[in-house]
Amino acid sequence: MRRVVITGAGTINALGRSVPETMAAMAEGRCGIGPLEFRDVERLSIRIGGQIRDYDENAHFNRQEIALYDRFTQYALLSAREAVAQSGLVIDDALAPRAGVIIGTSGGGLHTQDENYRLVYEEGKNRVHPLIVPRLMNNAAASHISMTYGAKGPSYCVATACSSSNHAIGQAFHLIRSGATEVMLAGGSEAMLVFGGIKAWEGLRVMSKDGCRPFSRTRNGMVQGEGAAVFVLEERERAIARGAPILAEIVGFAMTSDASDIVMPSQDGAARAITGALADAGMAPEEVGYINAHGTGTTANDRTECAAVRQVFGRHADRLMISSTKSMHGHLIGGTGAVELLAVIMALRDGIVAPTIGFEEPDPDCDLDVVPNVARRTEVRAALSNAFAFGGLNAVLALRAA
Amino acid sequence: MTDEVARKVIEIIAEQAVLEPDQVTLDSTLEDLGVDSLGLVEAVFAIEEAFDISIPFNANDPASSEFDISNVRAMVEAVKSLIAAKGA
Repeated sequence: MRRVVITGAGTINALGRSVPETMAAMAEGRCGIGPLEFRDVERLSIRIGGQIRDYDENAHFNRQEIALYDRFTQYALLSAREAVAQSGLVIDDALAPRAGVIIGTSGGGLHTQDENYRLVYEEGKNRVHPLIVPRLMNNAAASHISMTYGAKGPSYCVATACSSSNHAIGQAFHLIRSGATEVMLAGGSEAMLVFGGIKAWEGLRVMSKDGCRPFSRTRNGMVQGEGAAVFVLEERERAIARGAPILAEIVGFAMTSDASDIVMPSQDGAARAITGALADAGMAPEEVGYINAHGTGTTANDRTECAAVRQVFGRHADRLMISSTKSMHGHLIGGTGAVELLAVIMALRDGIVAPTIGFEEPDPDCDLDVVPNVARRTEVRAALSNAFAFGGLNAVLALRAA
Repeated sequence: MTDEVARKVIEIIAEQAVLEPDQVTLDSTLEDLGVDSLGLVEAVFAIEEAFDISIPFNANDPASSEFDISNVRAMVEAVKSLIAAKGA
C-alpha cells in the first residue's frame, strides 16, 4: 500500500503570516479574533472576526496579478508558496502529469462579488471589469496554484461548506495512495469577511457577538475567520528518497453524509465518519491521543460532536484530548480544516496540543478533556481532524507522527 | 483634445504592457508591446471608462471586431470616432 506524507505546510490567517507564527500563537493560546474592519461594518450586528490585520496585497503581488487574484486566491497562493519552499518540491516535466492541486473553498471570490454587486446594484454602473469571472470562480485558487507550480495532473476545487478543506486534503490523499498521482498541493482558503459575507451569516443567527467559546457552557455561537493553509502531500518513498522533511503521515480518511437536515448536525453522521477514518487507517480507537474538533462554538455542534466522540471511543473518550482552535483563528469555513491541520501537525511533531481558549465553564453536554485555555506538552502518536459541514457532509482525517 | 485622446490611450496601453508611455508609439502593435488577450480586454475596459464610450470589441475574435486594433494609431482613431459619434 502506498503511503502518503506531508512534506510542506504554509498558511496565512488571523494568528500569523506563516506556519511558525501560527503554531507559536496556538501554543500560547493567543486569540486572533477582534473587531472587524471593512466597508459598512457599522451596518452589521456581528462585528467581530478572525481577520488578517494590515494585509497589503501590493506587498505580495503585482498589479496584473491582483487583477486576476481575489483575496481567497491570494491567501491560497501565499500558503502554497510557503509549503512548496519548505518541502523543496520541484515539479519538473516528468513529475508534472503526476502532480495536482485540490483546494477547498466555500464562497470563492467573495470580495470580487461583493465589490462588483455594489457597483452594478448600489452605484448603478453598467460597465464592469472584464476579469470578474476568472477572479470570482471557486476554482481560481486551485488553477493559479497549478499554473504557478506547473502541476498538470488532476486539479479541482471542493465546495462542501465547513468540510471543504478536509474533503480536499482527503481526496488528495486518496489520489496519491491509489497511485493516480505522486504529489498534490492540497488545502483550503476562504475570504468571507466582507459586508455581504457576514450579513448573510448574521441572518442564520448562529454567530456570536462577543467571542468563540467552544465546549464552554457560556458559548453562544461561532465567529468567522479568514485565510488559508496549503500542504504538500507526497508518496512516502519518494519523499524519503529526495530527503524531504516529513511533518506527519496521513493514514486514513472517511466521508459520510447525514442525509437528514441542511443545517442541524447529526451524531450518527459524525460518528460514522470518525469510525470510518479509524478503519481506513487501521487505527485502534485507543491509539488516538488528540482530536482536532470541528468545535464551532454553537450549542448544537459542540454537543453533537462530543456525543459522537463518546459513542465511538467509549471509555477512551475520557483519556484523549480534544480541542477547538477555532477559538483562536475563528471559523474559516471552507479553509478551516486546513488551518486546523496545523494544530494536528504541531501535536504529532512537536508534542504540543493546542488549547481551546475562551473556556469559562464546563458543560455537562461536552464532558471531555477539551484542553481548556492552556496548551499541553505531551507525546501524541495518532490524531484525528474532524469537519462536519452544513448540509450534513462530514470528513475526518486520521494522521500519525512521522 | 486630439492629442489628449492619444496620450490617454497610450497611457492605458502602456500600463497593460508594463512599459513607460514614452516607450509606446502610434506605430506600435499590441504584439510588439507584449499585450496579451487579457491585457487587451483590460485596456478596452479602461479606455471605455476613461472616455465613457462603448467599444465594439469581441474577445472571441479580436482581429475581426469593428474596433481596429492593428496598431496604436488605429486604436486612437477608432476611439476618436467613437467619442465624436457620442457627441453627435
